This record gives sequence, C-alpha cells and structure tokens, in this order.
Amino acid sequence: MQNLQTNQAPVVRRSLLQNLGIDAQLLTMLGAIVMVWIGFQIWSEGLFLSPRNLWFLAVQSAVVGIMVGGMVLIIVARQIDLAAGSILGFTAMVMAVFQAPPPNGLGLHWIIALIAGILVAILIGSINGSVSAYVGVPAFVVTLAGMMIFRNLTFSLSNVTITPLNETFQILGGGNNGSVGPLWTWIFGLVIAALILWQTLAGRLRRQKNGFAVRPMWAESLVTGVTLLIVLAFVLVMNAYPVPGTDPPVGSGIPIPVLIALAVLGFLNWMTRNTRFGRYIFAIGGNPEAALLAGINVKRTMLFIFMLMGFLTAIAAAVQAARLNGATPTVGRDLELTVIAGAVIGGTVLSGGAGTILGAGLGALLMSSLENGLGLVGVATEQQKIVIGIVLLLAVIWNTVSAKWRKG
Amino acid sequence: MNPLIEMKNISLRFGGNQALSDVSINLYPGEVVGLLGHNGAGKSTLIKVLSGAYKADSGHIFVEGSEVKINNPQDSQRHGIETIYQSLALADNLDAVANVFLGREKINGVVLDEDTMEIEARKVLDRLRVKIPSLRVPVSNMSGGQRQTVAIARAVYFKAKVLIMDEPTAALGPEETQKVGELIKALKAEGVGIFLISHDLHDVSDLSDRLTVMKNGRVVGTVNTKDVSEDDVLGMIIAGTTPKHLANR
Repeated sequence: MQNLQTNQAPVVRRSLLQNLGIDAQLLTMLGAIVMVWIGFQIWSEGLFLSPRNLWFLAVQSAVVGIMVGGMVLIIVARQIDLAAGSILGFTAMVMAVFQAPPPNGLGLHWIIALIAGILVAILIGSINGSVSAYVGVPAFVVTLAGMMIFRNLTFSLSNVTITPLNETFQILGGGNNGSVGPLWTWIFGLVIAALILWQTLAGRLRRQKNGFAVRPMWAESLVTGVTLLIVLAFVLVMNAYPVPGTDPPVGSGIPIPVLIALAVLGFLNWMTRNTRFGRYIFAIGGNPEAALLAGINVKRTMLFIFMLMGFLTAIAAAVQAARLNGATPTVGRDLELTVIAGAVIGGTVLSGGAGTILGAGLGALLMSSLENGLGLVGVATEQQKIVIGIVLLLAVIWNTVSAKWRKG
Repeated sequence: MNPLIEMKNISLRFGGNQALSDVSINLYPGEVVGLLGHNGAGKSTLIKVLSGAYKADSGHIFVEGSEVKINNPQDSQRHGIETIYQSLALADNLDAVANVFLGREKINGVVLDEDTMEIEARKVLDRLRVKIPSLRVPVSNMSGGQRQTVAIARAVYFKAKVLIMDEPTAALGPEETQKVGELIKALKAEGVGIFLISHDLHDVSDLSDRLTVMKNGRVVGTVNTKDVSEDDVLGMIIAGTTPKHLANR
C-alpha cells in the first residue's frame, strides 16, 4: 500500500520566490519596467519620470491596456484575434458618425453612439467566435479576413476624418475634464488599498482555518507593503500633474481612460481566477479534449471569449475616438499586433493554456513605456518599431528559456 | 436483478468504417467486466458511446433497467457513469484540485469555492492512499501514478455507479499497477460496476469476473473468467471465434 508513496514528485525546494509566493515571470516584468524607466530617465535627462510624462504614459497605455486582457483570454484558449485593430477602427468610426453633427454625422446623442458601437463590436465578435467555434474555421483565418473586411468597411463608412465629437463623450479620452481630480484619486487609492489589505488578511485567516499552507508572515508583509507603495506612488504621481492653466495648480488625478483600463484589468484578473468561465478558458487551452470530456461547453465558451473581446475593443475604440475628438479611417491600424505583443511580453504563451492578466497589463505598460520614452528622446517612429520588435523577440526568448529552466 | 448497464445492438459508422456493428454488452453491480481485443477492435469506441463522447447510430442503452439517451458527457455523468480515459483527460496546466472538479466546480454564488474543493480533493486522494505533496501545482509536474490517481479521484469523488477504465495501467510501473488493482477490488466491494478495457489479457484476467472479447467492431463472445484458460481467450482475440462450449449468455 505504501508503494506509491515512494514515487513522489521531485522534492520541492522553497526558494526565496516561492516564499514570496509571486510568479517569477511577474517579477521579471516589473524588473524590466523599472530598468526601462531608469534608462529613459537618464537618457531624457530627467524628463521621463516627471509627473507630466508619467500621466501621459498612463493615458497612452489605456487603449492597449483595455484590450490586452481580452487578447490573453483568446490566446490562452488557443485562438487569436487579428481583427481587433480593424474592429476598433470600424467601431470608432460608427461612434463618430452617430454623434458628429450633420453633415459629417447623424448628430445623435453620444450615449446612443456609444451603445451602437458596443453592439456592433459585440456582434462582430460573435461572428468571429461562432465561425471559429461552431464552423471550425481556425480563428487565425477568420480574423485575418475580419482584419481586411472591417478596415475597408471603415473606409467605406468615411474616407475622411469625422469630427467633432460630443464634449461629454470626450471625457472618456482623458482630455479636458477627463480626470477625476485629487479627491477622487485619493478615495480610489484608499479603496484599492483597503481591498488589498482585506483580501490578504481574510484569505490568510481562511487558509489558516482550513489548515492550508500560508506565506511566511515576513513575505506576506513584504509583498503587501510593496503593492500598497505602488498604489500610493500612483496616486501621488497622478495628483502631481496639474490641470493645464490652473493657478494655483490643481492636480489632475487619474484620467478616466486609465480608470477604465484599471477596472477592466482588475475585473478580468478576478474573473480568470475565481469563476467557472475563467477556469474553463484555461482548461480548454490546456487540453481541449479533456475540457470537452469533462462536460465543458467548449464552443460556447469560445464564442463568449470573442464576444468579450468585441466588447473590450468597443470600449477601447470609445477611448481612442474621444482622445482624438474624432475618428479617422486608419485609427487602430496594426493595433492588434501591439496588443498581441503586450500579451506575449507579459508571459502569455501562444500555444495556449498559460498567461496572466496582470502580466499582460505590465506587458502593455512596457510597450507604451518604450514608445513614449523613445519618442521623448527623439527617436523616429520607424526606429521605435525596430526597438520594440527586438524587445518582443528578447521577451519571448527569455520566456521560452526560463520555462525550460524551471522544468529543469 | 437488472443489470446496472445494458447496451443492446449498438452500431456506429465513421464514414466508410463500421466501427461498431450490433454490439451488446452488460454489467452487474459489483462486477468487473474485462473488455478485450486488439487495437482497433472497437473497445474504446464502445465505451465512448457509453460515456457520451460518441453517439451511436442505432441501439439502446439501459441503466438499471430503464432506457436512457446519452447524447453528451453530462448525460453519462448524470446516470452515475464515470470514465477514466487512457489519455487521462486531464488539463495539464491546471492543478489537481481543478482537475478533480473540472466541469463540476463547487461555487459560492458565481465564485469558485476553492477551499471546499481543496479539502474535498484532499479527502478523496487520502482515501485512495496516494501521497501527492501539493495539490496546487500543475498536474504536468506530477508522476504517471499521481496523474492516474487524480483521474481516478475524479470518478470516485462523484460516486460512480459505473466506472469505465480505459487501459488504466498502460502508463504505470508494476507497483502502481498493483495499487490500481487494489483500488478496483475496493470499489467492486462497494458495489460499483467496472468496465476494464485492455489489449493485454494479463492486465485484466486477475481482476475480471467476465471477459468480453471484441474484434473488428463485433463482440466475439462473453465468457466467465473462471471457466476459461488463457489460451481459450487468446484464441478468441486472435481467431475471432468462440468455442461452442465456452459461450455463456
């Protein structure tokens, strides 16, 4: 009877990282971001880490940040969405045409425009999802077709820029009045801090009660402390950038698009860890046949993932259009590649089954940091793309090598 | 006494290939029926019909005497039929707890009840007396025996009336194989009916009460294990004919 007990998995050594209970991948990402930031700070002679630039960096990261979590889920389920950029362009154009005053647009209420855009994008997502899942055409081909179709449908809707947009709608882009102000920023920071503390303490007590292993106290305090410090730094930086033209200066606070991106990432992170839907996405990515035999509705789950991606694309389109105060037929071109790159840099594995929302969020931040920093020090756009391409390649090499390493 | 499972005149065609033709088989409570045959004889196809992975073109399935329709894996599970596939059907990227409960997670509202699932998974694995140091690492990091145990725990936890085991020991060493044998005896004593599928006679002859031999999608014959010699059964597997004196039912 004891025979099998000799056949144990390799002895697990508790390394420093395991004590801390954080993913090595995540720590690498954070390290890379810190290094990139310090590098740009030196290169730009102190401009990069100014509140102004960090505030703009946050706004620039928002569009990709909103979409990247959805892309993670798609890739984890062994699919891909190459149409995301074109769908964003089309949706932005729909929203612009609906609300811009005649003769350019229909002059409808911005809420109607927003809802119309969201419905259009969800519908497109559901077409992509059902053709992939139920008809069985690989998502690569379905969304490649979608990429061409929707980019050129955008041009068909309008081959010129549609502007201006409703002023209230523009708040979504973080421009004038597009930030929540210092007070709400503090309230947001405190609520997040309270949530983190409550989650940590309640989780720890519950695990102890059930007799499960918990992190050592010092490790728990360290991780929680660092997380809270990041929240505090974020609040301080967002409030340190004054609203232009105010005297005495009034802090801007968190821009609305950043708030949206954080809410989306927070929700998706929670969903992947705590709901059946999230669990099934990973099960499908790990072993589609096992998922099917376990009674999981694989096709419906895939359909929902693409619909969710459509919804997120519409939100990102609203932010993008609001920022630009209009829609151009080329908006969102190549964006799907940036989003995929963010997800992959953040540790999402293209063969499926592995990836985290948090990592992808950091991946998106890293991509934006490179773009922002290189622009700040005057590197031309074409050369920026070369650097970003190299970073993407290095990141994937690192992920592949370190994954082999961990397996031993 | 009604049989726990009765499959009658099951036929299934894949394109031009008649995978099952007019197959009938049954299983009583507390009984182990070994399903034997070469690769491609139709054993796995037959059990996939019972577990809901395939749908038969024609035929009837009875559970404890009443006819049932099995259109998908959920239907099969609802009738108390649990299947352990040769491939184990585990999601390798998920941990043991997630795999034991895959598709049947415990939830609080909409939130997965991870703690309850971990406690229950620990209990059922303890009952199987296999030591798995951490239930919270991906099963891809586990040994073959541990993975097999996770797959068995799935079936045991959900109180299978009927257990289908497809080549349960194919990937295991001798000690682990013995362990699975003990487990089968224990479940049998609890009244669970077990279909044991193998292409190797030795794997099943010690454990089975009856043996059903298949060849080319047909049942060659069903015999009581104690009535036959190894050579008799090998003859059935290879030649595909049952000596008249051996046939029962």
